[in-house]
Amino acid sequence: MAFLSIQELRKVFGAASVVQKFDLAVERGEFISFLGPSGCGKTTVLRMIAGFERPTSGAIRVDGKNVTDLPPNRRNVGMVFQAYALFPNMTVAGNVAFGLKVAHRPQSEIAARVEEMLKLIKLPALGNRYPYQLSGGQQQRVALARALAIKPQILLLDEPLSALDAKIRVSLREEIRTVQRNLGITTIFVTHDQEEALSMSDRVVVMNEGRIEQIGTPFEIYNYPRTRFVASFVGTLNILQCRVADPARGTIMIDEQEIVASRGLNGAKAGELRSVALRPEAVSLREANGDWNRLRGTIEEVSFLGAIVRIRVRFKESAVSLDTFNSPGAPPPERGQSTIVSFARDDLLVLDGAEPA
Amino acid sequence: MVVQTIVEDFPPIAATPRRRLSWNWLGVVPFFAFTALFLLLPTGLLMVGAFQDADGYFTLNNIRNLFTETIWNAYKISIEVSLASALLGALLGFLLAYAVIGGGLPRWLRPTLMTLSGVASNFAGVPLAFAFLATLGPTGLVTVLLMYFFNFSLRSTGFNLLSFWGLTLTYLYFQIPLMVLIMTPALDGLKKEWREASSILGATRWQYWRHVALPVLWPSFLGSALLLFANSFGAIATAYALTGSSLNIVTILLYAQIRGDVLHDQNLGYALALGMIVLTGASNIFYIWLRARSERWLK
Amino acid sequence: MKRGRVWSWVAIIIGAIYFFVPLIATFEFSLRMRRGTHSFDAYAVVFSDQRFQASFLYSSVLALATIVVGVLLVVPTAYWVELRLRRLRPLVEFITLLPLVIPAIVLVFGYLRIYNSSSWLPLTASERGTDILLMFGYVSLSLPYMYRAVDTGLRAIDVRTLTEAAESLGAKWPAILFRVIFPNVRSGILSGAFLTFAIVIGEFTLASLLDRPAFGPYLQLIGANRAYEPAALAIIAFAVTWACMGLINLVGSGARGTAPAR
Repeated sequence: MAFLSIQELRKVFGAASVVQKFDLAVERGEFISFLGPSGCGKTTVLRMIAGFERPTSGAIRVDGKNVTDLPPNRRNVGMVFQAYALFPNMTVAGNVAFGLKVAHRPQSEIAARVEEMLKLIKLPALGNRYPYQLSGGQQQRVALARALAIKPQILLLDEPLSALDAKIRVSLREEIRTVQRNLGITTIFVTHDQEEALSMSDRVVVMNEGRIEQIGTPFEIYNYPRTRFVASFVGTLNILQCRVADPARGTIMIDEQEIVASRGLNGAKAGELRSVALRPEAVSLREANGDWNRLRGTIEEVSFLGAIVRIRVRFKESAVSLDTFNSPGAPPPERGQSTIVSFARDDLLVLDGAEPA
Repeated sequence: MVVQTIVEDFPPIAATPRRRLSWNWLGVVPFFAFTALFLLLPTGLLMVGAFQDADGYFTLNNIRNLFTETIWNAYKISIEVSLASALLGALLGFLLAYAVIGGGLPRWLRPTLMTLSGVASNFAGVPLAFAFLATLGPTGLVTVLLMYFFNFSLRSTGFNLLSFWGLTLTYLYFQIPLMVLIMTPALDGLKKEWREASSILGATRWQYWRHVALPVLWPSFLGSALLLFANSFGAIATAYALTGSSLNIVTILLYAQIRGDVLHDQNLGYALALGMIVLTGASNIFYIWLRARSERWLK
Repeated sequence: MKRGRVWSWVAIIIGAIYFFVPLIATFEFSLRMRRGTHSFDAYAVVFSDQRFQASFLYSSVLALATIVVGVLLVVPTAYWVELRLRRLRPLVEFITLLPLVIPAIVLVFGYLRIYNSSSWLPLTASERGTDILLMFGYVSLSLPYMYRAVDTGLRAIDVRTLTEAAESLGAKWPAILFRVIFPNVRSGILSGAFLTFAIVIGEFTLASLLDRPAFGPYLQLIGANRAYEPAALAIIAFAVTWACMGLINLVGSGARGTAPAR
């Protein structure tokens, strides 16, 4: 049985349905991310798990117990906020000890636990500092320690890295994951950054407009997106317009060049307009052999990003972005050069309907 | 080689700043001249005069005479009225501000309260005294209505508008709004996330207030109370119109002294003024210190 | 949280009662002049009183003069401090807060001592001179509010960057001051102006001790001698204060200043 079970959760604010029929089963120790754009409802679901919002309907069960009607201070859930929310009038040690203090634990136990927590977040010497004396990254680590000090059953994180610098975000990301793994605590992480979600999670819940679009491992949702939204939201994607030529043979036309799609053309009629999607890493700047698709075009833009070189190749109306690795021996191609790009037939994802103009 | 040329191209640093500095200083000369003449000098000379006798020699006699009966009583009453109106005003103003900000009331109430507070905090002096006379005075509306509807005589409770508590009650009319205006930003500073964080860590509402909210708020609260104290201490027009010379507060005493040299000793008047400045000055300094402290926390 | 809501409403209602009842009572009282019925007689008497018109006019003119002098004093100073003399800021701010510490009565006491007939600047020797002294006193009293209003406005528009942008486009400092700075702090200036007006109109101590025919002493005089007119005057004073505050709100953000006329 799942450790955290959310059934048919709904939330309505006035006339707006913010969360619609949310179902999720989380195993003990899993790291789950809620991924989606602003306003998709991910934070609302998190707050309902925490108890700050009452669901309009549905149930939340933790370890078999129905907590839907419990107030937040009785759920034994830990939460880390986007704005850290450290108590400014207490030292770091005071903050971390807070949950234990209000539970009237003995002083010795509190002191030991605080020390343990500070070691866990690698800030053992900062116990006597005040929040305003700490950097953003340090404050967030203290917030994490504070949430974990009470040994919660579930850890909730509400976009904890959004307010931090890029470099710190990456290092803190890894730290959070390490701590979570070591403690084996069931965790839910809300973010709009797909790189975060993909790199940290066991499973990802992609949300849009209050609905779940797809639940799966990072590999699954990246490579096998079930809806157009997931395909375009997770990772970068090339989307091209094409015209169906011969559905039986699977041929389609992109800017008057014919290629073959190995799947997804069922039920299509000749002459129909469709959209196809291609991951940048699937496209190669070489003329490949065998039954790979080939397209002729002109190099429009070259962006040198360090390890990656991102090249945009234009056909006529459509263009494709592709990524190649930097090679010190071979400088990137010039703009305006004529070139051929290739990609495997299987890499072409045919989406429903045509891309809106 | 390139670097060397660049360094040589620039003129020595000493030349330019002095010229530029003098033009800048010119811009603020009017301000300093004005405040020196019409703010600092008059006050400063008064303070010096408090330590002089009629012939200009240094003495502490004036300070000593501050503790004579009439004057000391005046200070006592002033301090009592100011304390009462400051503490009550602070408490009631705080509750009002809290009700509007965190009490779950309709949105439009807050700007309305702010505007009304802005008006009420400026409505003081003679008109305010009249207003309260018209309300709770012997022929005031409330007094009359209480008698008419409930056969309840306000006078029988011992309440007299022209007294200590009457004056305090009247002062509250501008003290409470002042408190509301000052405390509202401080209450805004109480982040919602703190309440939620404390709640998810297991704290009850009372524990939150005791361990987080009150400690964060009390510097602002105390500082505002001090501001109210200084405000009340320096007030005169309201008291003059309401209680006249029956309630001998320091400002009225000083007023009478300036008017007609009642004390027959100008330097004693200076000492009176000095005493006032010391009290209000201390309050304000303490207020600024407290405010700086709370701002540092809430950075 | 529901329980908390009830208490909040209770607090608001009590506050509203405390605020409005005196006003209603005063208004009712002011209508009682004609025996046995309610009428606006008291207002008629007040408005037709020569001294009312004279003192209100006097105070209004003085208020305007105070505003002009105050603005001319404060705006360039605030601008210069913000732009070039940042280090002076704490000192300037401290000075502008002094009028809150020094009660008006102490200030006027000092004036009488320094600027009397036998001093080096005998302002009180003539009526015009005393008027000027009174006006300077008002400028001092309103300094904290005026400075804060203007300073807030200046800080909100990032004066430094605007000036640099203007300079890079070729503007000289008068143009910068009048075309770039003034329009942008206009709302701050207006807020300060209305607040100053409210202060000066109701001010009593300075005017009384300097013996000038201002509105404050007039109110006091009427209060001591008449029965119903003071109530009418109180309502009028309240209306003026309300108008000033309302205009401040209209003018925009600015500083929510308070200036107890005490």
